[in-house]
Amino acid sequence: MASAFSRYIIKRSAYTLFSLFGLSVLVFVLARVLPGDPARIVAGPQAPEEVVERIRQQLNLDKPIPVQYILWLKSVFHGDLGYSIYTRHSVTLDVIKYLPNSLELIIVAAIIQVVGAIILGVASGWWAYRWPDNIVRAFAYIGISVPAFVWAIILQLVFGWWLGWFPVQGMFSEGVTPPPRITGFHLLDSLITGNFVAFKDELWHIFLPALALALGPMAQDARIIRAGMVDNAGKDFIALAKSHGLPDRLIMFKYLFKPSVIPAVTVMGMDIAALLGNAFLVEIIYNWPGFSAYGIAAMLRKDLNAIVAVVLVIGVIYAVANIIVDILVAYLDPRIRYLERGE
Amino acid sequence: MVEEPPLIEAKDIYVGYKTYRGVMKVLNGVSFYINEGEKIGFIGEAGGGKTTLMKTILRILPPNATNVRGQVIYRGKLDLMRISEKEMKRIRRRGLSMIFQDPTSALNPVFKVGEQLMDIIKYSRLEEGIKLSKGELKEEALRLLEEVKLPDPQRVFDSYPFQLSGGMRQRVVIAMALVSARELLIADEPTTNLDVTIQDQILRLINEIVEKRKLSVILISHALGAVRKMTNRTYVLYAGDIVETAESNELFTNPLHPYTKALLEAAPKLTGEGIGKGIPGRIPDYVNPPSGCRFHPRCEYARERCKREKPPLVEVKKGHWVACWLYVKR
Repeated sequence: MASAFSRYIIKRSAYTLFSLFGLSVLVFVLARVLPGDPARIVAGPQAPEEVVERIRQQLNLDKPIPVQYILWLKSVFHGDLGYSIYTRHSVTLDVIKYLPNSLELIIVAAIIQVVGAIILGVASGWWAYRWPDNIVRAFAYIGISVPAFVWAIILQLVFGWWLGWFPVQGMFSEGVTPPPRITGFHLLDSLITGNFVAFKDELWHIFLPALALALGPMAQDARIIRAGMVDNAGKDFIALAKSHGLPDRLIMFKYLFKPSVIPAVTVMGMDIAALLGNAFLVEIIYNWPGFSAYGIAAMLRKDLNAIVAVVLVIGVIYAVANIIVDILVAYLDPRIRYLERGE
Repeated sequence: MVEEPPLIEAKDIYVGYKTYRGVMKVLNGVSFYINEGEKIGFIGEAGGGKTTLMKTILRILPPNATNVRGQVIYRGKLDLMRISEKEMKRIRRRGLSMIFQDPTSALNPVFKVGEQLMDIIKYSRLEEGIKLSKGELKEEALRLLEEVKLPDPQRVFDSYPFQLSGGMRQRVVIAMALVSARELLIADEPTTNLDVTIQDQILRLINEIVEKRKLSVILISHALGAVRKMTNRTYVLYAGDIVETAESNELFTNPLHPYTKALLEAAPKLTGEGIGKGIPGRIPDYVNPPSGCRFHPRCEYARERCKREKPPLVEVKKGHWVACWLYVKR
């Protein structure tokens, strides 16, 4: 069993590396064939042609694209994503600086999403076609059809401006000292340093944008869990469990929940990965100092290395989410674990 | 001697299923009884409502069941349709048990056989006030797997259902049924989804267990020979109605209802007399069931009255009841 499982994981990882490679080629080429001359942007519109040419050579932009790619790949393996042609900072350091803020937001959103989806989905599926289900289904329709940035604005307006329960923007209140940088994740850092004031303050700030991000996928995942619960509730294995007088709790949370949640896990994982993309607009609305501002600036400036880095980071997050999902599904569903190689 | 009330007496059961096309009116006022220690059979085409009837008794109908009416009197005192869910659970844990038709769908696909079996044992014993430890539960589970003659119980215990053959799965389902079967075992087409060679083994096993534990049995099967041999009385269910019932020997030698006759004739004979006549048409649409006798569209003797009025179940000979206008004296 262990060997079948580890073989499965190794195979999945190999696929992932391959698709990341493909992604890097694609982005690398795309960033270079799009209109606009990065060397000219760096030099400025007034710079003489020789200066632009010199910069082009410095950035290796005069070489054929395959050569550029190989040079770039070499340095990536050394952990160097190159220099931003605009800020002259190391892109690697920029990523390390901005990404944790976004990841923090996404992790909190993911927790809200998954917990909310499970609670709503299970309640809705167990009491199918009765009032808890009707409420959840109504919410799900709205949740799915309203995009995250609209939720962001609505929540900000209602709970931030009108009710004043939550701060409207930013990460920390004025006067609250952010924790020193240890992991880059402020919530974690404030816990490590025992700075509970900062911890609570940030949770208070992160809640609305995280909720705005989570509502859509939460609604979608809840629907998938509900569908699985309703589908399986009519199956004979549930009738059998009932026929032996097993307690409702046990049937609901064990025998009905597990087979019903498996199809939702895949979607949940992809939804979590997609949070990073959705976070772009939400971060701007809440003035969250995350990866998005950096990413958007890079796109607008045609900052080649930064663009490639941003896309690659998002790709890696998707890939990692994918692997985690696959492992989780294989862990939950023995049929996948054992039958993968036609045992 | 005071006559014992029947173990189960179902009176006038109606059950429907909600579908997108409308409500399927499946059970159409079914009544039957089973005495303590008795073995009864149910025969009839697939889709006739046999499984629905059994699930109604155990109150394990799927969520889309609707318009469930009637009474299920247990030992002359409790109406199983009306007692609380808590009381019903006690009865399921201590007395009544069911073997399901398709062992593939009856076992939860994502839990090991042992775990599923142990949960069932745990709550059944808790009902008797005995709390078993994990080790004792496992011991009991292995003992049951052995009782249903599974080779290598330990391996089966550690297997997921999809790793077992159909016959092995059905043995597991039987082992589960044994946990709480003290009074009644309902065997709902226990062999329909199995290979012919396995069918016989499973029927033997059920028979053996029933004899050993002195259980009452409801056997539903398409294996008419088995029903005849294993049961005292047989009911014929067609499209949600009991159309005929008698002692099994009488029913199989002397069928009266046109449907029963056709059904018995349709069964292929091992003697090789060729394939039976079969019954033209099929089980009716339950959303718009036929008026009057539900069998009339397929019946060669159908008359005007059959289309208008549902025939009552009348005793034609002692203990032999038929619901057909052909046998109603006017």
